Amino acid sequence: MTSMFILAAKEFRDGLRNRWVVGATLLLAALAFALAFLGSSPVGLLDVSPLAVTVVSISSLTIFLVPLIALLLGYDSIVGEAERGCLLLLLTYPVSRLEIILGKFLGHAAILAVATLVGYGAAGVASAWTGSADTESLRAFAGLLFSSVLLGLAFLALATLVSVAVSERSTAAGIAVGLWLLFVIVYDLALMGMLVASKGGIGADIFPNLLLLNPADAYRLFNLTAFENVRKISGMGGLSAAAQFPPSVLLAVLLAWIVLPLAAAIAIFNRREA
Amino acid sequence: MNAVIIEKTGKDYGGNTVLDGVSLNIPEGKCLALIGHNGAGKTTLMKLMLGLIHPTHGRVEVLGVNPAAGGKALRQKLGFLPENVAFHDELTGEGTLAFYARLKGVEPEQSSRLLERVGLTNAASRRVKTYSKGMRQRLGLAQALLGEPKLLLLDEPTTGLDPLLRQEFFQIIRELTAAGTTVVLSSHILTELEARTDLTAILRDGRLAAFGDLDTLRRQAELQVTVRVRGDAPAIARKLNGAFHKTVGADHAFIDIDCLPSQKMALLRTLSGFGDLCSDLDVRPPSLDDLYLYYCGHALSSTDKLEAHHD
Repeated sequence: MTSMFILAAKEFRDGLRNRWVVGATLLLAALAFALAFLGSSPVGLLDVSPLAVTVVSISSLTIFLVPLIALLLGYDSIVGEAERGCLLLLLTYPVSRLEIILGKFLGHAAILAVATLVGYGAAGVASAWTGSADTESLRAFAGLLFSSVLLGLAFLALATLVSVAVSERSTAAGIAVGLWLLFVIVYDLALMGMLVASKGGIGADIFPNLLLLNPADAYRLFNLTAFENVRKISGMGGLSAAAQFPPSVLLAVLLAWIVLPLAAAIAIFNRREA
Repeated sequence: MNAVIIEKTGKDYGGNTVLDGVSLNIPEGKCLALIGHNGAGKTTLMKLMLGLIHPTHGRVEVLGVNPAAGGKALRQKLGFLPENVAFHDELTGEGTLAFYARLKGVEPEQSSRLLERVGLTNAASRRVKTYSKGMRQRLGLAQALLGEPKLLLLDEPTTGLDPLLRQEFFQIIRELTAAGTTVVLSSHILTELEARTDLTAILRDGRLAAFGDLDTLRRQAELQVTVRVRGDAPAIARKLNGAFHKTVGADHAFIDIDCLPSQKMALLRTLSGFGDLCSDLDVRPPSLDDLYLYYCGHALSSTDKLEAHHD
């Protein structure tokens, strides 16, 4: 296990050195600040907490940005080392393959978590400072931070799986971008198209469940429906009861999207020859 | 006691046979040179010893265990320098070695001692990306020596080293084998090793073409000795009258006569009987390159051989 933390620490330090940490944190912070202050202006005198509005807008931003950052961070982790020739040497050290995968994953996860928590956290603190922040909104914001990290980890796990499964960096990069398009854009469009084409005929029962098959949708549902005051302004208030999943189910879906790809990556990596 | 036992081992990659029926034992504390063309199976054999791949046929045993199942305990006792070793360019030499030392559970003082041993102390705080090929190679060697390995595997360690560094490199290898470390190193240039290994294994298309110490390999090969005689070349050729394979040099100034080592003295006696026809002579024993080419099946004509000598 020590080896795992040595590898994780090295990944994190590499992330500091090549400005991944700083870059991702600043990007997320800048966009979150923009949303927190520009986005809250039209609220006016309505009975809505500015922080709750921030949660809605930041979660929409996160769905696009955090998976992309995670995929870019992770697609290279194994295949890049293999291509540079470092992996062969690493495998001759007293380190198990499980420790290599988990160590690299943890290192990247730390980069992602720092960027998300610091970047969004700063915007949240600023937003709460300037407006009135009730406890419900604060809890919604904490939920946003937590679930954003989980969303990032889910895509990081997918990127790790890609990195183990292919033998060339360029292939891994292509698949990573493809996964982003699939889960973030194409999946929802396809579901919508299906609903429209069948005039709502199919899917009344299946449709909500299909949303659970996409980590990005699980994340969206969690942030827009888990807290009462957010639900009020997110347009999800009138959502049919069928689409109402308890927050615990949605978080479990995100967790499964972390554990399953990672387990698959470990299984493949254990079996392959160097 | 054998540090490495390889028994009738073969390795197929997707229908391609890379290694076939290789058997060899390496006694503890010996240095083995693995020689062969690129693609002859040297790296594959090393990967089998490291347990990175499984043999398709046969059995491999390293330090008493199966390396593919040996796990951490075995790998703690191995040192490996890959061909074209790569490090993270942004780290310093010191930082790189410290990282590998931590992974191997070696105290940091040892890594600074090793940096000194390979002559990198002055460059230790520089980033690896500023290193020359030879410096990377030396950093790679330092990394392989971490934790005082019982078995050291070096894949093409002398490429990129100038002759002086190569001397220092073999000095380190000698010290290690004297202390009981078993060393396996590969090269596609036999001369580069300058006969400083105990054993030589020559691989050809995945098969073991020869195995033993250099004297044994020389005796088995029965390579011809070339005697170059200066003087009246056409007359000497006439007098020898088809007894040996002869090549008359440019301007008829010299003649090269090939003979078996056992015929050498008889030839020299004959030549001394020719009196003034011969003004000078040179005896050239087969070089390591000739030996390599013999076992790898590309015998050159004797003129090519002599040109190779002039290089």
